[in-house]
Amino acid sequence: MRFAISLLTVLSIASVIGTVLKQNEPYVNYRFEFGDFWFRIFEPLGLFDVYHTSWFLLLLAFLMLSTSLCIWRHVPGMLRDIRGWREKASRNSLRLMAHHAESDGQPGRDAVLAHLTQSGFRFKEREHDGVWQVAAKRGAWQKLGYLFAHAAIVVICIGGLLDGNLPLKLMELAGYKAPETRDMPQGQVPEVSRLSASNLSFRGNVTVPEGAAADVVFLNAGNGYFVQELPFAIRLKAFHVDYYTTGQPKRFASDIDILDRQSGKVRQSGTVEVNKPMVVDGVAIYQASFGDGGSPLNFARWDLIGGKPAPLDARSQASSALTIAGQPYTLETGDLRVFNIENLGKTESTQSAVTVNKFEQALSQATSVKGEHNLRNLGPSVQFKLRDATGQAVEYLNYLAPQTLDDHLYLVTGMRREVAQPFSFIRMPLDAEGRVDTFMRVRHALLDPRQYPAIAKATADAAFRDGAFSATNRAQFAEVTQSVLTQFGTGGFPALERFLDGKVPAEQRQTVAQTYLKILQGAAVEAFAQAQRQAGLAPLPMDETNYRFLMDSLVATSNLFDYGPAVYLQPTGFTQVQASGFQLTRSPGKTVVYIGSILLVMGIFCMFYIREERLWVRFEAGRTLIAMTSNRRNADLDHAFAAHSAALLPDPAHSAPPLPKPDHTGPDGESA
Amino acid sequence: MTTLPVKRPAGAIAFAALVLVAAMISFSRYRGAMDYYEQGILFASAAGLIWFGRFWPVMQRFLPLCGAIALAAIELYDRDLARGSSNFFLKYMLASQSLVMWMCVLFFLATLMYWVGLLRRSASSLSIASGLTWAAATAALSSILVRWYEGYLIGPDVGHIPVSNLYEVFVLFCLITALMYLYYEARFAARSMGAFVLLVISAAVGFILWYSFDRGAHEIQPLIPALQSWWMKIHVPANFVGYGAFAIAAMLGVAQLLVSRGILTSKLPSYDTLGEVSYKAIAVGFLFFTIATILGAMWAADAWGGYWSWDPKETWALIVWLNYAAWLHVRLVKGWRGNVLAWWSVIGLLVTTFAFLGVNMFLSGLHSYGGL
Ligand code: HEM
Repeated sequence: MRFAISLLTVLSIASVIGTVLKQNEPYVNYRFEFGDFWFRIFEPLGLFDVYHTSWFLLLLAFLMLSTSLCIWRHVPGMLRDIRGWREKASRNSLRLMAHHAESDGQPGRDAVLAHLTQSGFRFKEREHDGVWQVAAKRGAWQKLGYLFAHAAIVVICIGGLLDGNLPLKLMELAGYKAPETRDMPQGQVPEVSRLSASNLSFRGNVTVPEGAAADVVFLNAGNGYFVQELPFAIRLKAFHVDYYTTGQPKRFASDIDILDRQSGKVRQSGTVEVNKPMVVDGVAIYQASFGDGGSPLNFARWDLIGGKPAPLDARSQASSALTIAGQPYTLETGDLRVFNIENLGKTESTQSAVTVNKFEQALSQATSVKGEHNLRNLGPSVQFKLRDATGQAVEYLNYLAPQTLDDHLYLVTGMRREVAQPFSFIRMPLDAEGRVDTFMRVRHALLDPRQYPAIAKATADAAFRDGAFSATNRAQFAEVTQSVLTQFGTGGFPALERFLDGKVPAEQRQTVAQTYLKILQGAAVEAFAQAQRQAGLAPLPMDETNYRFLMDSLVATSNLFDYGPAVYLQPTGFTQVQASGFQLTRSPGKTVVYIGSILLVMGIFCMFYIREERLWVRFEAGRTLIAMTSNRRNADLDHAFAAHSAALLPDPAHSAPPLPKPDHTGPDGESA
Repeated sequence: MTTLPVKRPAGAIAFAALVLVAAMISFSRYRGAMDYYEQGILFASAAGLIWFGRFWPVMQRFLPLCGAIALAAIELYDRDLARGSSNFFLKYMLASQSLVMWMCVLFFLATLMYWVGLLRRSASSLSIASGLTWAAATAALSSILVRWYEGYLIGPDVGHIPVSNLYEVFVLFCLITALMYLYYEARFAARSMGAFVLLVISAAVGFILWYSFDRGAHEIQPLIPALQSWWMKIHVPANFVGYGAFAIAAMLGVAQLLVSRGILTSKLPSYDTLGEVSYKAIAVGFLFFTIATILGAMWAADAWGGYWSWDPKETWALIVWLNYAAWLHVRLVKGWRGNVLAWWSVIGLLVTTFAFLGVNMFLSGLHSYGGL
């Protein structure tokens, strides 16, 4: 018993470790988190996969053994006890029971037996030496409950061990099998790391893109993995996600074919959904995850140093080489996301204007169970990285569809240098045709120093024509304009600011900055006109829309200075290929565990809700003696005893039922 | 079991008839929307309710009352959720959130009255407190029923039994704990225990208020795919019978510890009565917690591909279970009584609370109830 409790305690502590330490992460993460010293201590202890270590399995085995022994020791005695009547109990032993009562007179024997029958007792009479005594009992299931509950523990452990990786563990210990730790195509994984389809139990994962098939799954094993052959192949026909009107996902489902491994013929077809697995050859197939399965993507590649866009084809979840401004880069594409549903928070309308009082407003919101959400689908996006020869990468998140912001259309691109940071977004204004070309033209004009003299001259002419700068010399004005353009052209607004900070005393900066800004805006108008003319197009009138377009272009141009490699990949199309992550398990122990569970519930129910009671009625020398025991001594027994006394004792008024002994209050009270 | 309960056959028969009629009406109206399992569950629940009414006759009045309140709300809604903020009765009384607010207020008042009754040894205050608790429980059950209906008003595919997120299960927790407590209170004729038990419920009520005012958690969300399983509908309530019972046991443990130090000794039930009710609560809780854990395993077998994945939540459920198994062993096998067990049940509640909330907040896993 003490051993059992200590065992359970150790088991609990071990389990806690497994929950506090995230299990089955890649080993590098642990090394990073704990440092080399602790990693080298934790790793052999198996703390990164506690529940599959030998010592944990050993603990479970001990629990099983100890419970079995416990049953072995207790059951024979219990069975004897259940079968026995104790009909020979002597008067003295009855009187020693805490619940007993006596009185003069005797009720009819039939009345006694009838009462016992009615109360659900079975009984045995005995008569000798003029003493009639009946021993009654009920609730034998209470003791059987002990047997059920404890046998259940053993049964559940057996089922669990069947499904656990015990056989694999043994083969590993014996050196027959070893996990593979290298990343390689599945087909090249050597035989020592492959498990045959006849393996009794396994639980592994595999990702299948649409149209492709898989006939193995991968089992996690510490720092590596095993390749488990399947008795069939799964082909993913299509993967679907359905959404609620509120934008949350409603259903993840994969249409699959089960193929014969040899012939490749379709054996059966069906749909696997979350919570609705499909079972084939005793192997259950679950919908575990989903993602992008390598979709063909089309980009327009804009070299930010100038020129026309060039088409670029790629595939999501893949990497390819790319030369940007003469330097080699790797394009590492991540996920294609077709829907980007964003919750933009509460709509204005729910902030009722009538409820001025804050409390009332809170209350009115708290009484409505329907959330008003402002949902918007931002359309498809592609995430990718550009990695240079030294291994430095910049990550991008580019949207395909134009986004409407403040009633104007933009192409949006996000960029970050570290995974942990949020993306910072740049919005490039779109022209009347909804294209980014015009912006690109303006940008090139603004960044091309060869055009500065012409732009500066035109700007000066315009300024003097309007009379805005009458006091200044025209040539000097053109010179300033050119220098403002040069500064902006080397680094955008930040460069202009640095230039100001370096040249202008602090107290004048504010005014000078405003002048510079005005000059820059004027120059931008001329640059725009020039760019249009060079492209063979008519300059656009400077109305409100076009002016705003121009200002947005200035901001976007400035922001693009910090964009990493000088290329903008504009997503222009895709063919979505999804992938489904399946978990496949074969767990023959499941039924055993379920049977054990039913036993456990039955056992616990019997132990707690069936009271074993024994009752004796003794007629001797004109007096009646009744006595009662139960496996539990508590208030229930007191009530029951009072009820039986009232029914069986001929003259309860004259009897003196002793008060039951109070329970001990110390930890070492009497046994139940 | 031997003391035959005083039966009120007329009441029991009327109740059984009512439940059967309700089940038949539901069946004939909604048969089309239910699969065979659900039809089976409908009739099994009817049988369960009839049994429950026999087991605890007060339920023969309590359950129909809550049903009637819910029906009144449904009638007032008249298939339009917007009426919830325009109709006076719905807005201030019968919409699920209004009922929850009433429940909160009533539980706070009940707690107050229990303490007044305990400290002044006033039987009338205690009986008012008991009445308030009943009223709060009525509001709680009605709110759950009304909320269930409101979900369908948001969208036919959105509606589901409200046991699917932390907010909903907290209301369930308050309901179950209050009802279990009321049962023991009547059974042991010991009303002053309420002062302690209602403290846990008040804490839960505080959480509900914070959660809905600060986080807007009261909004009905559609079920994500992982939760679309009928295992959820029985796994979660079974768990909460366990949690409620363990909470009661722990609070009585606190009362026991105070009594053993001579505090409130003359005002609370005897040390042994407190211990016995504690034991009874843990015995019930342990049974239900066992069932809930097994149901959870069966659900996991459908949803995650394995009945046991050593997910943190599963593992903590096992720890809670082992803890109470050990508690029961030392009480029943070793015959322990007294302060050690009282302390242990208090610590047990801390462990349970961690398994219930802490795991969601601090550990990551497969469970999708999510963080706060
Ligand atoms: C996870 C493991 C176990 C669980 C959950 C468990 C559960 C229980 C429960 C709930 C009881 C209460 C029985 C009553 O009503 O009297 C009980 C009784 C008992 N248990 Fe265990 N048990 C476990 C393991 C063990 C082990 C390993 C032993 C052996 C050392 C053991 C020995 C006993 C004994 C002797 C009783 C008393 C039976 C009686 O006389 O009524 N249990 N067990």
